[in-house]
Amino acid sequence: MVTINVNKFKCGYCGACVSVCPAGALELVETWIEVNELCTSCGICAKICPVGAIEVKK
Amino acid sequence: MKNEYDVVVIGAGPAGSITAKTAAEKGLSVLLIEKRQEIGDPVRCAEGVSKVWLRKHIEPDHRWICADVKGSRIFAPDGTMIEMAEEIAGGEVGYVLERKIFDRALAYEASKAGADVMVKTRATDLIIENNFIKGVKVSHLGQSYDIKAKIVIGADGVESKVGRWAGIDTAIKPADIETCAQYLMSGTGIDQNYCYFYLGNDVAPAGYVWIFPKGNDMANVGIGIMGNKSGNGKHAIDYLNDFVNDKYPDAKILEVDVGGVPVCGSIEKTIANGLMLVGDAARQSDPITGGGIINAMEAGKIAGEVAYNAISKGDVSANALNEYEIKWRETIGREIDNSLIVKDTFVKFTDKELNSLGHSLEGVNFSSMSLIELLYALFKANKKLLWDLRILFKNVVKYELDFER
Repeated sequence: MVTINVNKFKCGYCGACVSVCPAGALELVETWIEVNELCTSCGICAKICPVGAIEVKK
Repeated sequence: MKNEYDVVVIGAGPAGSITAKTAAEKGLSVLLIEKRQEIGDPVRCAEGVSKVWLRKHIEPDHRWICADVKGSRIFAPDGTMIEMAEEIAGGEVGYVLERKIFDRALAYEASKAGADVMVKTRATDLIIENNFIKGVKVSHLGQSYDIKAKIVIGADGVESKVGRWAGIDTAIKPADIETCAQYLMSGTGIDQNYCYFYLGNDVAPAGYVWIFPKGNDMANVGIGIMGNKSGNGKHAIDYLNDFVNDKYPDAKILEVDVGGVPVCGSIEKTIANGLMLVGDAARQSDPITGGGIINAMEAGKIAGEVAYNAISKGDVSANALNEYEIKWRETIGREIDNSLIVKDTFVKFTDKELNSLGHSLEGVNFSSMSLIELLYALFKANKKLLWDLRILFKNVVKYELDFER
């Protein structure tokens, strides 16, 4: 189940979220972020995103 | 594309391209892959680089140099300005590059040396046999391929997956990353001869604002804040908007760049059996400035040479590749470690303390002062404040570090 929501209109596809994901659940593919089932909704990606494009689904 | 190479390099930034170039010049068969369709784009960088160190790797070319700066102007939170000449201002001052062209020029150098280059080609996993990395699985235009290699180089930047696949934990903690946003702006009216840095916890918590000239009336206006200060409704872009609205309400935005810069200092290991990590993937950026281009190129050169040595001897084990680990830690690694000491001290400072440091340097003649003399001057005037830096002076004297990268 995908537990975060990446606003593709805001995202600058920089990969900062990928680098901080402790579970390695994110990947930057071309201009979009993919999230796999390893995501634990920890919210670190949402915290450090430079443009605030990520929202954690509760 | 062949299905077997001596070396496959993943990522065509400065680290990857220099590694590929060095290895190819030595006569190895090399493949350089880049997942994006355009090498160098989108930019995730303030684009400043030291002239002296750059020339060690590539002859400067007017096609990718936007500005040639004389020095830095650093502003304390209360507006106190310290002006530093180029020679002592550190690795971020010298040329301001056009990374989109520069990165491609470096990839061209690698191709000219004999390396194959493939864009729109993303590594999806490593091929691992008996605890040895034996190649890489890639996706190119939606098709999957296995490419065998004696050595795989992870040059896949801040979001590096290659290290993780090889069992090296490269995940960065929020306190160990600067989250950055930048506008390329026209009409700021800045003096094109200087790089500007603004410090202060209101402006950029545990980071700084930079303004780097880009030629004509353009400039990169950017900000990095520490990851653990981000969120709760305010991200790097919000701090940047506050700064720009305040200082340059009439300037125009021509480009938006975002990115994360590792400021964690050296990671535990950058090698495995048949694998080396270089550049941001190895967290080799400078923890104070966030500058990473030169360190990436230095590491790439070492990695390319070590790849040749290891393959020549027929031993690509972590034991053989330890030559890379030792060499980069003895050179760029020492300066990264020292920068980490300085960073850890400076991020704790309040605005009042930053102002006090700024005041103690007012009237100091910087044109004839080395960086270490500058640090001594700061230390002398602020002994209590900078006590944590005492170990740095010992290291600098011991290793004759130059801080010019």
